[in-house]
Amino acid sequence: MSAVAVEGVWKYYGDYPALRDIQLEAAEGACLALIGRNGAGKTTLLRTIAGFSSAQRGKIKIFGREPREAEARRRMGFIGHGISVYDELSALENLTLFGKLYGLPDPKKSANEWLERTGLERVRNGLVREFSRGMRQRLAVARAFLHEPTVLLLDEPFTALDDRAIAVLQRLLREGLAARKTIVMSTHQLREALELATHVALLNRGQLAFHGARTQEMVDDPGYVYARYGEGA
Amino acid sequence: MKYFRQIATVAVKDVRAELRTKEAINASLAFALMILLLFSYTFDPEQEMMRQVSGGLLWIVFAFAGTLTLNRSFARELPNDCLDALIAAPIPGSALFLGKCFASFVLVLAVELVSLPVFGIFYRVHWTPQFPALFGVLLLGTWALTIIGTIFSALTVNIKLREVMLPMLTYPILMPALMSAMRLTTSLVNGQPIPEDDFAWLKMLIGFDLVFTAVSLALVETVLVG
Repeated sequence: MSAVAVEGVWKYYGDYPALRDIQLEAAEGACLALIGRNGAGKTTLLRTIAGFSSAQRGKIKIFGREPREAEARRRMGFIGHGISVYDELSALENLTLFGKLYGLPDPKKSANEWLERTGLERVRNGLVREFSRGMRQRLAVARAFLHEPTVLLLDEPFTALDDRAIAVLQRLLREGLAARKTIVMSTHQLREALELATHVALLNRGQLAFHGARTQEMVDDPGYVYARYGEGA
Repeated sequence: MKYFRQIATVAVKDVRAELRTKEAINASLAFALMILLLFSYTFDPEQEMMRQVSGGLLWIVFAFAGTLTLNRSFARELPNDCLDALIAAPIPGSALFLGKCFASFVLVLAVELVSLPVFGIFYRVHWTPQFPALFGVLLLGTWALTIIGTIFSALTVNIKLREVMLPMLTYPILMPALMSAMRLTTSLVNGQPIPEDDFAWLKMLIGFDLVFTAVSLALVETVLVG
């Protein structure tokens, strides 16, 4: 069974088809890099997979379950464009809140563990609104990994991260892949993404232009996929 | 139990966040007190007419002040895209919605309970003898305001003019509940029990709460995810 299966998905914004008959899958332990120009539909596809909006046609399955089923959501971790933590709460309160919502047995203990893993243990009781950008980003990473998801959906995860946050995220993603977690990430940072990816999908104006295993050519030349399969290729 | 814990988690988070910023509650309380003060200069508290309109006046203030709090209910989730994280969490949409309703309910009720003695002083009404019944009407009326306000807060959260849209959508639907609450409150704030003829209004208010709670719970998943 695929960890993530997208079967003939169409998504419209008004009359405009943002996703057109998307068909792809990611096996357990795979890292799928979703690439494409701005407006290609990467974020829409990731948000639809995450269950934030529903597809007008087609099906999405997370380990055989609909994205809106609680069991599927428990398995998913999402990092979007925003950090998705509350400015008015402390780092510990934020992680404890999400630990409770995910039904963790000891939310506070898990929150403290993840604050240590992301190097935020000294500011655990500080309000997020007082954090630097890098600290906020590391907290966002901790929030997404807190419930030990088996499927990670990452929307441009390396964008605007500082060096330390990139190092934390890359380490966690490598550990995740070693533990056979599935990663689907959209990105413009091809070099970082292709180093991690086992598979690549290129979206072009809402359509899947390429979907296949990552090759050494892609790592050597990050522009290869665009040149070979992109618009005007 | 798990479901109620999820509701409580969301409600406590919202109340805690609001008490840290005091954005909505300060605006709501200041608005309520200001309107009560201004109206007290307009109407002569000694007149019989004042007694007749007191319930209506009070609920107009509560409805307008309440909307300021309700506007923040889902808008609070917009900075940092926090709504995504809530929708991604494995909790039913109804638990998220009820948690937000209870948080707004507590905040709106707090503003009402502070405004009530001020209203009593400015308008020389003796609301204390019937306080238990008045409190019951406040609970029912505030729940009606909260449930309608919260579902429309969810619906309008991504609209730029949501501060304008929320009252425009909320008040017309809220009209039967407001009429009932106004009618029941008029007797109670004047120290009189609810007249027997007005029990139909009480039934309507209870019915409104039940029907719109059920409808909102049925629709909330669609409103949140589409």
